[in-house]
Formats: sequence, structure tokens, C-alpha cells
Amino acid sequence: MQLTEKHKKYWNINLKISSALLVLWFVSTFVMGWYARELNAIEIIGPLGFYMSAQGSLIIYVAIIAYYAYFMNNLDKEYGVHEGELD
Amino acid sequence: MAEVTQSQFTSNLKRYYSFYTGGFVAFVILVGILEQMGVPNKILGYIFLFATIMLYAGIGFMSKTADVGEYYVAGRRVPALFNGMATGADWMSAASFIGMAGTLYLSGYDGLAFVLGWTGGYCLVAILLAPYLRKFGQFTIPDFLGARFGGHLPRFIGVVAAIVCSFTYVIAQIYGVGLITSRFTGLEFQVGVFVGLAGILVCSFLGGMKAVTWTQVAQYIILIVAYMIPVVWLSVKHTGNPIPQISAYTSALPKVTALEKEFNDKTSPKGAKEESVRAIFRERSAAGTAKLAGLEKDGPAFLAAEKQKLTDKVAALKAEATPDAKAIEAAEKSVKDFPADAAAAKKAWTAEKGVAARAAPVKAHAEAFAVGGKTPEEIEKNRSKAKKNFLALIMCLMIGTAALPHILMRYYTTPSVHEARVSVFWGLFFIFLLYFTAPALAILAKYEVYSNLVGSSFASLPAWVSNWSTVDKTLMNIADINKDGIVQLAEVVIGGDLIVLATPEIAGLPYVISGLVAAGGLAAALSTADGLLLTIANAMSHDLYYKMIDPNASTVRRLAVSKGLLLVVALCAAYVTSLKPGDILFLVGAAFSLAASGFFPALVCGVFWKRANYLGAVLGMSAGLGICAYYMFITYPFFGCGANCVANQWWDIAPISAGTFGIPAGFIGIIIGSLISAAPNKEIQDLVDHVRYPNLEGDIDTKGV
Repeated sequence: MQLTEKHKKYWNINLKISSALLVLWFVSTFVMGWYARELNAIEIIGPLGFYMSAQGSLIIYVAIIAYYAYFMNNLDKEYGVHEGELD
Repeated sequence: MAEVTQSQFTSNLKRYYSFYTGGFVAFVILVGILEQMGVPNKILGYIFLFATIMLYAGIGFMSKTADVGEYYVAGRRVPALFNGMATGADWMSAASFIGMAGTLYLSGYDGLAFVLGWTGGYCLVAILLAPYLRKFGQFTIPDFLGARFGGHLPRFIGVVAAIVCSFTYVIAQIYGVGLITSRFTGLEFQVGVFVGLAGILVCSFLGGMKAVTWTQVAQYIILIVAYMIPVVWLSVKHTGNPIPQISAYTSALPKVTALEKEFNDKTSPKGAKEESVRAIFRERSAAGTAKLAGLEKDGPAFLAAEKQKLTDKVAALKAEATPDAKAIEAAEKSVKDFPADAAAAKKAWTAEKGVAARAAPVKAHAEAFAVGGKTPEEIEKNRSKAKKNFLALIMCLMIGTAALPHILMRYYTTPSVHEARVSVFWGLFFIFLLYFTAPALAILAKYEVYSNLVGSSFASLPAWVSNWSTVDKTLMNIADINKDGIVQLAEVVIGGDLIVLATPEIAGLPYVISGLVAAGGLAAALSTADGLLLTIANAMSHDLYYKMIDPNASTVRRLAVSKGLLLVVALCAAYVTSLKPGDILFLVGAAFSLAASGFFPALVCGVFWKRANYLGAVLGMSAGLGICAYYMFITYPFFGCGANCVANQWWDIAPISAGTFGIPAGFIGIIIGSLISAAPNKEIQDLVDHVRYPNLEGDIDTKGV
């Protein structure tokens, strides 16, 4: 099994998108949590810090996973590593 | 079914489950009609309990199988959408269903650690693990460790870790099953545990993962319907808006916040009444403290003197010119209730001392890390401690999510890597539906209590309050402390589980919806318990027996061993549960911390770091598990650390977040171990490439079916 340059590029793109999304995940969890008191001073749909932890961050998580699945499933096709038809 | 193509299979499934959902709704309506005809509530409870268990048994029986691939991974043909629902049911336990909204009601912002931790972990599952594990294929998580790191030891540690964390977690689930069965049918808790156990076994015994998957989909539908109906109704009742997730923040929360301020403002009418109750609690607490000091100093003599005082009071009251019958009765009762010996007195007075907590001001629901303290420095110190623990708990729950084998195993069952990715999305989406409703429910329930219950008269309490306070004092305890005939917030004590259980009644729905909620809670507990028991039985039968002890065992024998073990493990778990061990929340937390420390570093490094090898995995997994277990041992009172528990803590981290130290230990172990020994051979490097790409030319095959 020999990996081509194209394969390596696919893996690098995967690492980049994964890290970018994980940074977003980290910010919407830990950074928001750390500054919850400060964010609570801002009032949008209730105190912002509370709202983010109760609902906002959850929506971001769902979006992160949806985007990752969409992006990777397209990337597979673009780089010819997608799976064949199942039946 | 081999001839049916995947797309036909999917559309058949959609049809079956649409019929099923319609049938279930019709069933609920039918029970509703029975209720209107005057059938007693207890019978309705039984109907719900047995009808749903029979339903799961039916699905379990129809999914019986003798095929290894179907038994362990449902034939790898579960479409993304359905695997998502199964993941949702597998994931959401009795604690999420019944306890979550209550925890949020009681602890406000700080309870959100659970909401965040139990959803955000799926980002790690989606990005770091699910697609790669699916490509690898095979049957269990120890399978991956065994193949990736070579040798029996990594697999064996994986088996131990899987059993330890799943068993800890399953006890919490069976406990939930027992609680629900006993509450809604009046059976004894111990009997309820074994009835529930029967419900668990009928789902998994005949068809393994295949049966568990299809019952979990059915259970998800019941649990989400049961959760949503009362909350939507409550939202309409209070705000006129049928979307609780919006109305709670825009309409209920501002009112709750305003009421909180009023309760804490002694100059407002409501605040003044609250203050009069709090003053009584402070007095009682001070009296309790004084009596404890007296007992400490004079021992039994003090006890006798105190009792004498009460007896004298009775005599004095009786000797009055116009005896007050009520006062005499009360005084005689206090003589009768007087603690019999020093130990009983100490217990009673310590409880009295503790009522000081009820004199505290109302905590603002949305305020993050609200802590007390005498000086600004002390408050600052306590706050940073609360903040640290909040974030540490989130981290342990998230990483634990991405490491619990019963969840990761679900991604082996999808038809492809593509579907596995989509299925994590559906999984989190279905979980999200419940988890973003729970905080809204907590706010709506709080609004009900603050605006309708508080200020109502004791002579005409709302029906749900009087019902629940007679059913269970730990859930609803209400007493007119200052004798003004009006309910004050400080006079009400609510147990967390009440919120979800009482919502149908608060919203004014008929009893049939309460039965539906109980069925939902049962579905949540059963489905999680099923997934966990199967994980334990598979780790023992597949990894321990087949892979390590007898690799030549026949298919029939492998399945027989697996089913036998399932039965044994289930009975053990039910037995341990019936002893009612410890604190449920701690058990759950411990399971997450252990899984996070034991599995996560090895699994992630296995995919993303080619250099990771046998020695690294062995060192990393044992260091992670070891540190995590050691930290719990030295800081959790159950293990007998006594007065040193708090002093033993590292950086003030609570024992529930032991993974805070276990996870880094796991990573350090795997890095050091790998770097001091030789790089893995070509075969294993090829395996890593194999899992990284969904499809490669000249690829190796690891499916193993």
C-alpha cells in the first residue's frame, strides 16, 4: 500500500479542518465558560453567558459536526478516497 | 434479508417506524380515553409499564439472530438516521431524562456543566474517533487497541477499563429503572430492580446489538415524545408561546430574575415575608448550635435538663387560669418527640443547626459561579475554585463521552465511513433536542413556583403541590413556618427529580401524560442499561474469551458464551444495585473520568500518531486509569479518607473530576512509552493509513466478519 502525494494532501487538509473546528469547540466551551460572569453583563435573549451555556454552545456543537461531515464527505470524493456504492 | 439493498432497507425502516410512532400515539390516546372512563391511575401506570416492556420484548424477539456480525454489530447496515436515534437513547440515561432539569432548577448556571459536557463531547467523537473506528471495523473497542498496538496486554487493559467504567455506569441506570418502576406501580424498590432487569434482558438477550439497536430506536421515539409534550404545554400555559426554548429566555427568565430580586429585598412586601421565615430558621439554627455545645459540655445531664424544661412548660401551661388546648398539645408533642439518647439528640440538633442553609438569600438563576464568603478575598477565592471545578467537570464529561465504549461501539454498526460521520450528526441532534429543552423547562418550572406557588394560601395549595407532598417528602416538602397561612419561597423544599415528574400536572395535563413521562424515563434507563450490559458481555466474550483464550471457538459457542455472560453480568449488576450503593451522580461521574483517562489518549494517539506503540499504550492506559482511580480513592469519602478528603485534593479539584489528572497522565504515559521503545512495524503503520482513508487502493482488510 503506497500513499501518493494526493493522499498526503488529503490527510493534511483533514488535519487542518479538524484543528480549526476543535479550536471553535474549545472557544465555545471553555473560553465562554471562563468568562461567563463577564458575558452575563450583556443582555441578548437573556444574560449572554447563561444563554450560551444553556443553548448557544449546543447549537454551535451541532453545527460543527454537521459541517465536518459535509466537508469530509465531499473531500473524500474530491481526492478519490470515497467508498463505492454499498450494494 | 440479504437481497434487500441498503436504500430499500432504509425506506422500509422509515415506514416501520412511522407506523410504530402512529401506533404509539394511538395507544396513548386509548389510555387517555380509559382514564376519562374512570380507570384508576395505578392501573394506567401498570398498563404503560407492561405495554412498553412487551413492545421492547417484541422487537427484541423479532431481531433474534445467530449470526456473529449481526449479534455484535447489527450486521453493519444501520442507516445514519437510525443509528443517530439509537445513539440518543443509548446516551440519555435516567439521570438525563428525570434528573437533568431538576439539577438545573436547583443549581442554575452551575448545573450547565452537565448540559455542555454531555453534548460537546460529540464534537470529539465526530472529529477524532468515529470515522476512523468505522473504517477499522471489527467488533469492540479493545479490538482496536489490540490490533493497533499489538500483543494481548493493551487489549486486556482495554477490557478491564471497559468493564470497570461500564459496570459503574450500569449500576446508576438500573437504580433509575428500580426507582421509576417502584414509583409508578407501588412495587418495592428491590422488586422494581428485577422487573426492570427483565425488561433489559428481553431487549438484548436474543439478538445482541441488532436487537438493542432496533429497540433503542423505538425507545428514543417514546422518550423524546414523553419529554416534549408536557414542556410545550407548560410553555403555552405560561407564555402563550409553544416553543419553550425561546419563551423561557425571552419571557420567563426576566420575570424570574425580577422575583429573585424582590425575594431578597427586605423592604419589599414579598421580601419582608421571606425575611420573617429566614429569621425563624436562623433562630432555630442558633438554638441547635447552642444545644449541641451544651451536649458536648455536660453530656447526658444536659439532655435530662432540656427534657425537664419541656415537661415544666407543659405543667405551667396546664396550670394557667384559661388553659390553651392547642399550646398544651404542641408542648406535649415536643416532650414526646424529644430525642431518647445523646446520639439521637446529636443527630436531631445537627439537623436543626443545618436549617441555616434555608435562611440564605435566593440564588440568581442565571448567575455564574455564585459563591458565598465573608470577605471580598474569600469570595474571589471561592469563585475561582467554583470556576475551575466547573470547567474541569465539563472536560471530564466531554472526554469521557468520547471514550465510553458503549457509545463508540455504535459507530461500528453503520454501513460506511460516510454514514458514520453523518450518524454522529444525527446522534448529537437527537440528544440536543432533549438537552436544550431541559434548561428551558427548569426556568419555566421556576417561574411557576416563584409566581404561582409563592403567595398562594396554605388552605388552597395547587393540586400538584399537595399531591406530591403526600407522595414523597423528599421531592416536595412544604410547611407554614411563620404561620401566616401564605406560602413563602423559604418554606418550600423541592427535590430535583420533581421537576420532570410533576411537569404534566403543573401544566394541567391529565394523568395519562404522567404515565407517558414514566414510560419515557423507563425507556431512557432501559436503553442505556442495555447498551452498557452488551458492552461488558462483549468485552468478556469476544475480547477475553474468543481473542485471548480460545481463538478456535465455533460461532455457536461464541454466541452461547456471550449470552451466558450477559445474563451473569445483568444479575450481578442488579444485585449490586439492590444494595443501593452510594451517590448516583458520583457513580456516573466516576464512569466518565475512568473512561476518559483509560481510553481517550490511547484511541486518539492510535489514529493520529503513527509513532505510538505497544509500550506507550500499556504505560499510558495504566497511568491514566491508575492516577484517576488513586485520586478518587484519596478524595472521595466513600473510600474512607474521612477528615482528610478535602485536604487531599490537588488544586481543589473535586473527586468527580478525577479525570483532570488521569487524562494528562494517560497522554504523558503514551508519549514517554512510545519514544523510549522502537517505532511500530510496517504492518501497523499500514493499519494506521488504512483507518485514516475511507477507501484506498490495495487496502488491507480489517473487517474480520
